[in-house]
Amino acid sequence: MELLAFILVDGLIYGAWLFIVSVGLTLVFGVLNILNLAHGSLYAIGAYATASAVGAYFALGGDAFPMGSYLAMVIGALLVAVVLGPLLERGLLRHFYDRDHVIVVLVTYGVFLILEDVMKLIWGVTPLFVSEPYSLLGNVELGPLFYVAYDFLVIAVAIMSGLAVWFFLNRTRRGKVVLAVIHDREMSQTMGVNVDRVFLVCFTVGVFLAALGGALTAPMISVSPGIGVNVIIIAFAVVIIGGLGSIEGAAIGALFVGIARAASVHLLPEAELFIIYLVMAVVLVFRPEGLFSKTEARKI
Amino acid sequence: MSATRSLPVICAIGFVALIVVGLLLPEWAMFLTTMAFAKGLVALGIVCLMRAGLVSFGQGLYFCIGAYVAGLMANWTGITDIFLLTALGIIASGITGMIFGPLLATYRGIFFAMLTLSLSMILYGFLSKMTALGGTDGLNVAAPTFLGYAPEGRALGLSLYVYTCAIVVIAGGLVRTFFDSERGLIALAIRDNELRVEYLGASVRKEIVFSYVAAGILGGIGGVISGLAIGHVDPETAYWTTSGEFVFVAILSGYLSIPAVFVGSLLLEVVRSFSNLYFPNTWQLSLGIFLLAVILLLPNGLGSLLAWRKRRRETS
Repeated sequence: MELLAFILVDGLIYGAWLFIVSVGLTLVFGVLNILNLAHGSLYAIGAYATASAVGAYFALGGDAFPMGSYLAMVIGALLVAVVLGPLLERGLLRHFYDRDHVIVVLVTYGVFLILEDVMKLIWGVTPLFVSEPYSLLGNVELGPLFYVAYDFLVIAVAIMSGLAVWFFLNRTRRGKVVLAVIHDREMSQTMGVNVDRVFLVCFTVGVFLAALGGALTAPMISVSPGIGVNVIIIAFAVVIIGGLGSIEGAAIGALFVGIARAASVHLLPEAELFIIYLVMAVVLVFRPEGLFSKTEARKI
Repeated sequence: MSATRSLPVICAIGFVALIVVGLLLPEWAMFLTTMAFAKGLVALGIVCLMRAGLVSFGQGLYFCIGAYVAGLMANWTGITDIFLLTALGIIASGITGMIFGPLLATYRGIFFAMLTLSLSMILYGFLSKMTALGGTDGLNVAAPTFLGYAPEGRALGLSLYVYTCAIVVIAGGLVRTFFDSERGLIALAIRDNELRVEYLGASVRKEIVFSYVAAGILGGIGGVISGLAIGHVDPETAYWTTSGEFVFVAILSGYLSIPAVFVGSLLLEVVRSFSNLYFPNTWQLSLGIFLLAVILLLPNGLGSLLAWRKRRRETS
């Protein structure tokens, strides 16, 4: 029984983290129809930017009010999004929209390679540590178990960002415009929707979500080169399990994978590295388009 | 028809030319070419699938299987004969392909790509955790022998080079024959319109499974050769970035010309080695820029350059 509780709580925490790093990917795919292999690099850049921002915050006398470091994290992620989002979308991806799907994937692979080195050039190769925000909130006691309260902050942020994206898409006028673009790009253009701008904004939001994922993770790990390479494939698995382009799907997929991984960590540690891909392969065998596929929105 | 009849002649000329060039190459360049050709074989497999409109982002699976078959057989049974190891690699990757092929044949587009990728990542995770197989460090592979002949130093490099060239020419010839065969032409039709192919009475499923198994076998051979050439295998061969490079070579070359695949692979290896040498800290950056430039400037790959010249020759 205790083990089950362990698995559920761990799974929930890991699932929340997974959701944050993958929701941006599914949003970008849903709107722009691009599978962004550079998502993991954007996540890593977010982590680096946060490390710098939080470091700068404390260097400038933030010790008097350490809670402000959370604000510094968000600002770091925002900066990444505002700089890189328009740069990548306007400067590069835009030229490939009419090309084959796989070509675009390969373009983002090129971006991934470039960003990996750019990060090394900017932040060097020595690991950075920003553990202050991690320990700020203290610990939480759950029955016999102790958890770092920060983990629950991750869950809160995951729920908030998921709800925000869902609310925007389904309950606001602008969000409905985005849904119209997802449904039929050309038709919405003829109806007067500025599709270029929708693409730009959605891609930037996607970048922000990736960077936010990195920002939240930065205090928990040592920020070093190569942290994005793994994340991208994990995020892919989550998004594919849920059905590409579906926010609800990403949430369910993240929970699924989170609990599966927690179970494997506790029960079968050898399988931890590939349990995610196993879950994905099994789901795809039974539901070829993922759990919440929106295939009807695409035309043949 | 004349193209089919002259194919053996072209292959023979190509082989002789490769050997002559090889004799003039310094050792490092010979190794680089051997590796480029081994990886080119894997990319050729992706090209087979690309003709049917599918892209596998997990050919690292077969590359890795081939490499590990070579490594494990050499370590466990002491088999070092390269012909036997290649045959074993073909059997292992062929069987794996036949198991996964029918499963994958129902998927298209990005789902096919992701499912192949996940298979290869499962193997990566498995090998990384298996300490009996060397874990993430991988294992060393003994130098190969050639039907009892056990060369060393430059002779070994040259023998491997000649062997690789022979395999490349044979594989290239076979794949060309396949492309021009009825079956190979159906693949192109699948790319255009799958539904019509079914209505015309051909089985899309069978065709895709066939192409997938062929791609897997080519990947396995590439893995065996590269494992033996490096003398070391590790799980990284099944990692997604390795597969990404194969896809890159396939896209860079396009599906119009087979020699272009090996030229493309060679080009990538050269760019990588030189950027490794001159920009040791930013070689990925140079590789990425190279990739973007190729995609922008050569929409249909290197093969389109060759095909374009051929067309011009025919019209004039």
